[in-house]
Amino acid sequence: MVTEYVEGSTGAELNKREFKVIGTRPPRPDGIDKVTGRALFGADLTAPGMLHATILRSPHAHARIISIDTSAALAMSGVKAVVTSQDFVKQSSSGNQDTLDNCMARGKVLYDGHAVASVAATSVKVANAALKLIKVEYEVLPHETDVDGAMLDTAPVLHEGRKFRNIPEGNNANVSGYWEFGHGDLDAGFAKADIIIERSFKTAATHQGYIEPHATLATMGPDGRGEIWVCTQGHYMVRDLSAAFIGIETSQLRVTASEIGGGFGGKTTVYLEPVALALSKKAGRPVKMVMTREEVFRATGPTTSSSTDIKIGMTKDGRITAGQAKLRYQGGAYPNITAMLGAMTAFASYDLDAVQTLAWNVLTNRPKQAAYRAPGAPMAIYTVESVVDELCQKLGLDPLEVRLMNAAKKGTLSSYGPTFDEIGLVATLEAAKAHPHYTAPLGPNQGRGVSCGFWFNFAGNTSVSMNINEDGTVAVIEGNPDIGGSRASISMMAAEELGIPLEKVRTIVADTNSIGFNDVTDGSRVTFAVGLATIKAARAAIKNMCGRAAQVWGIDADAVDWVDGAAVPTGHNAGEFPPMTLAEIAADQAKTGGPIAGHHEVNVDGAGVSFGVHLVDVEVDPETGFTQIKRYTVFQDAGKAIHPDYVEGQMQGGAVQGIGWALNEEYIYGEDGKLQNAGFLDYRIPVASDLPMIDTVILEIPNPGHPYGVRGVGETGIVPPLAAVANGVSHAAGVRMFELPMSPPRILAAIDGAK
Amino acid sequence: MVTVTLWGSLRSATGGLKDVEVEARNTGEMLKALAKKYPALESVIEGGVSVAIDGLIYKEAWFTPIKPDSEVVLMPYMKGG
Repeated sequence: MVTEYVEGSTGAELNKREFKVIGTRPPRPDGIDKVTGRALFGADLTAPGMLHATILRSPHAHARIISIDTSAALAMSGVKAVVTSQDFVKQSSSGNQDTLDNCMARGKVLYDGHAVASVAATSVKVANAALKLIKVEYEVLPHETDVDGAMLDTAPVLHEGRKFRNIPEGNNANVSGYWEFGHGDLDAGFAKADIIIERSFKTAATHQGYIEPHATLATMGPDGRGEIWVCTQGHYMVRDLSAAFIGIETSQLRVTASEIGGGFGGKTTVYLEPVALALSKKAGRPVKMVMTREEVFRATGPTTSSSTDIKIGMTKDGRITAGQAKLRYQGGAYPNITAMLGAMTAFASYDLDAVQTLAWNVLTNRPKQAAYRAPGAPMAIYTVESVVDELCQKLGLDPLEVRLMNAAKKGTLSSYGPTFDEIGLVATLEAAKAHPHYTAPLGPNQGRGVSCGFWFNFAGNTSVSMNINEDGTVAVIEGNPDIGGSRASISMMAAEELGIPLEKVRTIVADTNSIGFNDVTDGSRVTFAVGLATIKAARAAIKNMCGRAAQVWGIDADAVDWVDGAAVPTGHNAGEFPPMTLAEIAADQAKTGGPIAGHHEVNVDGAGVSFGVHLVDVEVDPETGFTQIKRYTVFQDAGKAIHPDYVEGQMQGGAVQGIGWALNEEYIYGEDGKLQNAGFLDYRIPVASDLPMIDTVILEIPNPGHPYGVRGVGETGIVPPLAAVANGVSHAAGVRMFELPMSPPRILAAIDGAK
Repeated sequence: MVTVTLWGSLRSATGGLKDVEVEARNTGEMLKALAKKYPALESVIEGGVSVAIDGLIYKEAWFTPIKPDSEVVLMPYMKGG
């Protein structure tokens, strides 16, 4: 079998390809390291002479910094350095300046927990004692933590005098972003409807809940060269921001990513790294910083909370005639684009003649939001899917039949602009409809919820190198931290393309000085983009190896093909030679021209969008309002599942995080603007004992933009659960729910209110 | 000429037009032509945008060819988690 793929293959052609490695379930390469404790996470690294640093954080939700006096802390025995915002370089880009100001407050503190100063000392104990000696004089200002409250003219302004771009008249100074999307005539669409439902929804801010807190070790020598070791989703991003913040060139800073104990989007920015580097620069010694769990909650990005108005019209037979959403998201104290992404995704599952989404991002006195799996989409789609469910309920229609009738498909003008190419929503809905779960009987106080979900998936800058070792093994070097099994899938794609056993391939994640630039591990991009670059790097190595074989045989390189891991002569005039295997070519590489390698560097495009459908059965206790998940099935289009175990894991993980978002998780702020539940005891994420097995059904509708048809799978899974669970609870409790989380008191209040 | 569809909130920069025409053979030329024809779009484009060509989304790719009959949609710069 010739392993060459054809650029521009259609989905149907990709479907016919037979794979040997892709689609199998080999043991994960990092498994033994992780279960035996050999894997090195962010806090595991140490260095000779290392100092420990901690951070002084604001006790106020909003205050002007009048003065900071660090002299007593600096004079304390064991203290080696102190930094404040004065120790960093002003940034030319407003986005970078916001990130820097979030790392260390400049002029004002904007939320409870905002960093004000940091101390490096000989121990954590000494550093913490020194923090108490830092005198900060504040002028406390009024604060606002609610999205709707922050939009009022009476709300305190966070960034006085700052002009945000393209904000229409009539919005106050806390509105930092405004977007509109859609097409068609809304009035005409609603006029065709037999029934129109308008509802308002609220969702709470939730944290990504990664188990490993942020941790870093930084060292900066007197020669101006620095190193950072860090748990992150993107060490090139850490390098670029940290170097810019302390004013050195990127070539002088090498960053190495550790193993990562979860990210989910939350480790796509910097918090500690530039601070540790600045402290090391001052102290002349390595500096280690590890956040406490309380710091993770108070000062790192949760997702946005939202307040949304939704209006959908439908005919009696279930055709949606028009849809409109007005989404207001708060993402803390600095601008972000999450509301925009919510507006783009809200109606993406539907083929609509008339649709409009309007979105506002609003600043509040909360920590700067960070990405969280499919940022913006879960809360937007929750509102749309809740109203579609209510319309189906009122009209007595089957919710899956209605979604099939209105489903986006190839040729649909999407609600966010472009026309869809080959997509898998209909196939995913059909699979859910045919699954036994959908028709299984329900017990007392139980309800079944359904929801669609959508996410774009992204690609971006990617570099991969591949070395053919003399013993016939292969080393793949990539630059994206492995947050979801990418080393396994990259090795599998390399083995598939080279035609060699998987055991012969090992993939590592290199530091920033060892391979070309890579975008952050985000946007469900790595299996797609790094996989594509790996395949192309393998093709470059294959071309080289075919050339070596041609030289040995004395024939033209064009007369050599690569079949099942070996060079073979091809064509009538090529001559008769036995296949020359990769191992044979590798063994003689020094004699035939030197080391053999392949590499590929590219800004990848062509990520295929992904859809999912979730079914959930819930049981609501009418006495306590407690909700139990009884059965859960995820259907998702993966394009092509490289390692199905990991794909299923992503689908299950997304579902579980969405269940937590729907039922339990929320940031709770007091009247004083302080976070009241900064720990896992009071911020309740679902654990294994709370849940049934999450069943999965992988659909494979190939993405024409990838040689094997891969689509990203890391984010779509968190999109449908909010609405699926809310619809299930609404059916089980007999009352429609409009606010997340649907905690027991909130459900009881709704049940009591309906009596 | 290629026809470029703008996302809704940009229409204030084009006098209310949803679809605008510019002379361009690739994404880089298209973005430059848009900024020249509609100066109010310049800061938006410099701040970062995505372009969907025939349904595929491209970010920061100047040399992606555009055919005269391609569907071209200017979209905000997007990022996942």
